[in-house]
Parts: sequence; structure tokens; C-alpha cells
Amino acid sequence: MSNSSTSSRSALSQQWQEFWFYYSTNKTAVAGLIFLFAVVFMAIFADIISPHEPAEQYRQFAKLPPAWMDGGQMQFFLGTDYAGRDMWSRIIHGSRLSLIAGSIVVILSLSIGVLLGLISGYIGGWLEALIMRVMDTIMAVPGLLLALVLVAVLGPGLLNAMIAIAITYTPSFVRLTRASTLAEMNRDYVVASKMTGASPIRLMFVSILPNCMAPIIVQGTLSFSTAILDTAALGFLGMGAQAPTPEWGTLIAENRDLILNAPWTVTFPGIAILLAVLAINLVGDGLRDALDPKLKRS
Amino acid sequence: MALLEIANLTVDFATATGSLRAVDGIDLEIDEGEIVAIVGESGSGKSVGMLALMGLLPWTSTVSADRMFFDGQDLLRMNNRERRKIIGKDISMIFQEPMTSLNPCLTVGYQITEVLSHHFGGKRRNYNDRAIELLKQVGIAAAESRLNSYPHQLSGGMCQRVMIAMMIACQPKLLIADEPTTALDVTIQAQILDLLIELQKIHRMALILITHDMSVVAETAERVVVLYAGQQVEQQNVRELFNKPRHPYSEALLNALPERAQGNLLNAIPGVVPGQTDRPQGCLFSPRCSYVKEICIQESPIAKDEILCHFPLKPSKSNKSIAIDMGSQ
Amino acid sequence: MPQLLIKATDLHKHYGIKSGYLQASKKLKALAGVGFDLFEGQTLAVVGESGCGKSTLARLLTMVEKPTSGQLIVDGVDITKAQTNTTKKQLRKTVQMVFQDPFGSLNPRQKIGHILQEPLVINTKLNSLERRQKVLEIMDIVGLRSEHFQRYPHMFSGGQRQRVAIARALILKPKIVVLDEPVSALDVSIQAQVINLLIELQKEFGLAYIFISHDLSVVQHIADKILVMYLGKPVEQGPIDVIFNDPKHPYTQALLSATPSTNINKKRKRIKLTGEMPSPINPPTGCAFNPRCQHAHNSCKVSEPIMQTYGNSQVACLALNEKRI
Repeated sequence: MSNSSTSSRSALSQQWQEFWFYYSTNKTAVAGLIFLFAVVFMAIFADIISPHEPAEQYRQFAKLPPAWMDGGQMQFFLGTDYAGRDMWSRIIHGSRLSLIAGSIVVILSLSIGVLLGLISGYIGGWLEALIMRVMDTIMAVPGLLLALVLVAVLGPGLLNAMIAIAITYTPSFVRLTRASTLAEMNRDYVVASKMTGASPIRLMFVSILPNCMAPIIVQGTLSFSTAILDTAALGFLGMGAQAPTPEWGTLIAENRDLILNAPWTVTFPGIAILLAVLAINLVGDGLRDALDPKLKRS
Repeated sequence: MALLEIANLTVDFATATGSLRAVDGIDLEIDEGEIVAIVGESGSGKSVGMLALMGLLPWTSTVSADRMFFDGQDLLRMNNRERRKIIGKDISMIFQEPMTSLNPCLTVGYQITEVLSHHFGGKRRNYNDRAIELLKQVGIAAAESRLNSYPHQLSGGMCQRVMIAMMIACQPKLLIADEPTTALDVTIQAQILDLLIELQKIHRMALILITHDMSVVAETAERVVVLYAGQQVEQQNVRELFNKPRHPYSEALLNALPERAQGNLLNAIPGVVPGQTDRPQGCLFSPRCSYVKEICIQESPIAKDEILCHFPLKPSKSNKSIAIDMGSQ
Repeated sequence: MPQLLIKATDLHKHYGIKSGYLQASKKLKALAGVGFDLFEGQTLAVVGESGCGKSTLARLLTMVEKPTSGQLIVDGVDITKAQTNTTKKQLRKTVQMVFQDPFGSLNPRQKIGHILQEPLVINTKLNSLERRQKVLEIMDIVGLRSEHFQRYPHMFSGGQRQRVAIARALILKPKIVVLDEPVSALDVSIQAQVINLLIELQKEFGLAYIFISHDLSVVQHIADKILVMYLGKPVEQGPIDVIFNDPKHPYTQALLSATPSTNINKKRKRIKLTGEMPSPINPPTGCAFNPRCQHAHNSCKVSEPIMQTYGNSQVACLALNEKRI
């Protein structure tokens, strides 16, 4: 009995080993992964790491420049905003919101999208046509605009912004999954399962779905970064997270007037968005290369 | 001087799990107009060896040889530009899957005239007549209209004929056919093999036929090279090989065929071809050989008379072969 | 007295092919009039080239599709009539299939143990321990080791994967196994191993095989009866020795003569076939083989031949009927 469990562990670890072998050849992807881990760490331990409370206002230190410029102070490392709140603390807490927003968006759009894609690919007929036409309609409208409309209907706030963005991402998952389903459906192993009496549910979720995961994982990762961008954009437009929530886009929005006088109040949240999105994109690229069987060496 | 001289050709691949020796010391000499078959199963390195000759292997490969000469030119030390002048013109290769060997976006006529204009210069249009002539030569009916067909409009057999037409367009001195009929039906296979032999006779081409099908070898080749796990284990003329195979693997391979079964069960060879991780220390065939001795497991054999075996077989009067040189055992 | 397991009579399978928006759909006759009997412990070989309909026949026999017309009685049940769920379940256990491609017939994301347990999960009420026990038993029978239970398909060679496919086909204890070119993708030495395994399994379990292949040397060794097909129609069928020693239909003769042999000392008389198999959407009028047949006559272009009995075998050939050959 123990024989089989050790060999199963070794089979699994061999898979991870092989995956890591391909992934690690892409140095920028590894750098992105490290940065991403740092952001996750920052988000989890935000309360411990951040030097100040994000909402605490230090009126006497309002609009203070960063520590390395004239007039800056070490205790407010990246300076303060118009209300005297520490930028660095706000950015750290904002990472939590960005990661949560990205995760919820991806989880929502992925699960709904994959389900619809599987159904439309497997069942076909009028149901497929209906689903695809609805998705085509969603895709025909510019994403952010659609999100704005939905938020206007549902009311502003981070949660509604996330739902709205998730809806706009669903079509890409549907298309991806449907394409993979159509390709895998007629493979011998699916027919073999059918022949032993597998129900359509079993065929869809147990036989076909695991073989479609690679492009879905890559799409999910890249959607994560776009979700952060879109959440920030909605926040900037005032339709997403509302002040004083330290979401990165909202930070830029509320300090918009200070762009000439105190540029650090908008620059650093912007840089935070840039680096986070870049890191996730690099990770996604690395994943795509590592998971693509055609690029495998042996 | 031989047309093709290969001595000790070795190909290594860098893989995720270490280095893999796909070809281990192949020697081959071919004269003008000869037909040689290279026989082996998967993992024998038969395709890789010839792809190395053509310079068609991926960047992860390392090709080395003592000699690799074609028509007096050193293929090993040639740069890519000089090689491109020879490939497709003096040495050509046709592949196993005819449907995927042709570019699906280009017409048949384009692909044939492209070969001609690349090697002989001038505009492709000028070679249309020659293309039609070639299509007729390979037995395609209504050749003029076929010039404008796309590969997906043709059947497997016809695609293979187009492939052959492309490859003989420049009248090569050597044609390498890598499993040209494996993907085709048996009656089409017979037609394609007949075509190859006929063209070979007309153009005095040397033909290297790579296959795993022993019966195709029996009917087509003059000389046979048998490969096992990247090594060359036997080289004989075809009659000798089929009547009196001298390497245990060749004998076992022939005996495993359904035609040679005596009784209900076939004479299967136990075990599998060694892969990357389970290469035996001594003779690579020793785990599966029915004549195995102690020395076979310990030491790698050295080739004697083109047979890579410690104890090459010599046939007795009866059908069964016995081993000579029993040694100290 | 061996049991009659399959009785197929005049099976037809047509597909509708749409050819343009405004044109009526054309009919693709994939199977046109196939009939045979299969008894317990027997092997019927179905031989023909691509496009002859053997894969369609496999799909009908494994009940993936229903015949357009004709009768198909499997283990006493007429499957052309509507069936209850319980009968369908029973039939599924009776007929199983082994596919051609050892690489594509196993789910790359599932471990071997999982793949082999799936038929039991779907069709039986055994618990996890009992299932595991059954899987290990069948793995032992086909020559796999118990540690293979936890491995993924890509860790195996082609021959081993085919053994897994055979194990999967046998785990529900079927009476009939349809084998669609089971050894074509394997090396010669591995082919021999797998064929031996199939022969031994047949003897031990009394299985009936439908062996679809284009490799006539393998067929000659393993089959009892043979059915030769051309463009969806049966052209000759009968006991294996009769067909191989004395083929009567021109296509069978050409097929046998086109198959190369390793007997280097014997010169073969080759019957050269010109042209290629026509498309099943536009079959020739009359006998489907007439454009390529050296004995074709005017009558061959007009009327379709029907199967007639000649001694021990059945042949569909007008030239034979009219005593021209």
C-alpha cells in the first residue's frame, strides 16, 4: 500500500518538477512570480507591515513629499496625500483590495464562462447558438463602457464593479472552453468513456474539462491583471471603490487635483498598478510557454 | 568513390531529463543507383540519422561523425547556405504523412515550381510545363488542372505522388524516403512503391528507404541496414538477411512476424526497446536476446563484418540458427 | 454448441451531407448491406481500405450510432428497436471496444487506476476497495504491474497503453470485443506480444472478436472468418483459409496480391490496381469496384451485384455470376 502512495507522490512531484523545469527557463517569468509572491505577502500581512493606519489622517503632515525629497520624513516614506494619510500604508492596504478584486473577477468569470463553454460545445444545437450570440453581444460593447452601465444600474461600489467586470470577461472563457471542448469531444478517450456508459455530465466534467485547462489557466492569469486595471479604471472614474477605500485607482482619483503640486500622490499608486499588472502578465506568459506541449523540448 | 559515405554518425539530443543518444555510430556507404533499406522500430534512430544528414534536426541536437561525405562534399563542415544548394536538388527526402507534408495554403503547382525556381533560378511561371510533365511522370491524371489544386483536395496517395514529383524535380542523385507508404492503404502502397522503383531506374537515383515494414524491404531493397536503439546491428544484402539473418535481433524481428508463426501464438520478443533511462551496460539487446551470454551483459560488442554481436549467428542446415563462437561459456 | 452472439442482417448506415445552402443534402452511404454471424469464441476479421466503412461498422456494433436500416441482434437483443435503460446497460457490458491509437484512447489527465475504475464506477455498485481489487486483477491478467496503477498514460510505451486499453475493455467482462486496428500503430515486436495476449485472453474468457484491420498477415493468423469490404459494401466473406487460398472477388485478389510478403524466395503475381477508391458521396453506378476492375463489363456499370454463395464463401460479383471469371 505504501508503495503505491510513494509512487503517487513521486508521480505528482515529477509533474511539478517537469513544470518547473520549463517555467524556470523563462527568467522574466520567474521574476514576475517572485514579485507576485511579494505582493501577496504584502496583502496578507498588511496590518503588520504598514507603518500607519491607512485611514489615519495626520493633518499637520498633509501633502508631505517622499522621504528622499526636501521636506520629506522617514516616517512617511512615500509622502502623504491631501488629508495627511500615509501613502505607503494606503498602497499596502490597496494591494489587498486589488488582489481580492482580481480574484473575485477571475473566479466569477472563469466558473460561469467554463460552464457555458462546456455546455455549448458539448450539447450544440440551438443552445450553443443562443449562448454564443449572447456572448457575441457582450463582446461587441466596449468592456469598460459595459461595466460603467452595469455599475450605474447596480450602484457604485467595489463589489458591483467586480460583478460588472466579471460579466465582460465571461465571453473569452466561453469561447476558449467551447473551442477546446469541440476539439476534445471526438477524441477516442471520450468515445471510450461514452461506450462504458458515462453520462454527459461525467463526460463534460471528468473527461473533457481537465484536458482544456491549460489555455483556461493562462487566460485566467491574464484576466487577473486586466481585472486589476479595470477595477482601478472604474475606481478612477468614481464608479468603483469609493473614497476613503485605499483602492489604487481610487487613490489616483481622489488626488487628481494634486497632480502638479504633489505628483507623488498619484505617481506611486500608478506605479503600484503598473508593477502588479506587469508581474502577473509575465507570470501568465511563462505559464503559457510552460504549459504548451508544442514548445516542450523532448 | 561512393556517392554517400557516412562513418560513425552520432546524434545526441538535449532533453528535459538529460542527454539522449538517438543515433550511436552508423556507418553507411551508398553507390549511385543503389537501393538501400534502413529498418528499425521506434527508438532505433532510423529517421533521425537521415534528418541529421539533411541538416533538418532541431537546435537541441548535436551531430557528430568521423565522415559525412556526399558526392565528395563534406556535409559536416558545410555552412547552411552551401547545404541549401544541395538539399532538395541533389539530395531529396519524402516523408511519412503526405497530407501534412505539403503546405496547405499553397497550390500544388506553386509548390513544385517553387522548388525548380529556387534551384535553377528564374520565375516560377517558366516552370509550369516542367511541373505538368513531372505530375504526369508520377501518374497523376489530368495534370494541367491539378496544378491549381490545393493539398486538401487530393487524397493521401495523390499527395504522396505530388511530394515525389517535388522531390525528383531537380533530378536528385539520392532520394531518401522516410516511411513513404506507412500512412497509405495497401493497394496505394503498392502503387507508390512501384513508382519509386520505376523512377529510381529511369533517373539512376540512389534510394534510401526507411521503414519498419519488413515485407516492404523484402520486395524493394537490394541491401538492408538493421538498427536497434540507435545502433547499427547488421548490414547485409537483402537475400542474405531474410534467409540467414546473422544478428539475434534481425532473426527475432523476422520470427515475430505473423507469417513466420508456427502454431497458435506468435514468436514475440519479450521486453521493450531501451529508452533513455534503462540502457543496459553491455549489449543493448542483451535483456531480450535468446542467445545471451555473460559477456553480452558486461561488455558492449564490437562490430565484426558489419554485425554488432559478440556471437553472430551462423545458420545450420535446419531452419533454426545456432550461435558460433560459444567462447568460455 | 457455441452461442450466437451477433446476427447482423442487411445493415445500412447513411449520413446526410449538406452541400451548400440551397442544395438538398446528399446522402453518404457509409454502409450498404452488411450481414454476418458471430459465435462465441470466434474472430471475424473486417478488412478493407480507408473509406470502406469498417469504422462505421464498429460504431454500429458498439451502439454509438444506430443503423439507418437493417437488423442487428446482439446477444439476443434487437438493438434496432428502442430499448429500456436496463437493457442498454446490459448491452454495454456485452460489447466493448479497443481503439487504434494507443496515445489517444486514454485520457491523458487520468491515472491508469482511475481510467480502469471508471467503467466499474458507472456500471456497478462496488465500493472503492472492491473496485481497486478488480482493477489490480485485470492489470495482472494483461501483464501490467501493480505500481502502474498510479501512473499517467504518457509514462507508458505504446504497447503498454494498448494493454491498458484491453484491460479497460475487459473489466466489465464483455462477451464481444470490437478491435479497431489494435496493433497497427505498434512496432512489430510489440505487435506480436499484444496479439499473443489477445489470443490467450480469447481462449481464457471465450471472447468473440471483431478484428478490424488492413494488415492481412495479422488477420490471417488470428481470424476464423473474414469480411472484405469496399466502399461500404461487402464484396466477399467466408472462412479464413478459403478466402486466403482461393479469393474469388477481383478486389480481394488485388488486395491479397498487393500485400508484400517477407518470403523473398517466392515471386508473387501482382495484380495492379489503377486509380483510387472513389468518394462514398459519389459512388460509381452499378458495382462500386467497376472503374478499377480488370473484368468489368457493361453490366457491371449498370446493376449492383448481390452476395451469392459459392462453396464455402459468399461473393458479390457480376463477373462471377455471369461466369466470366
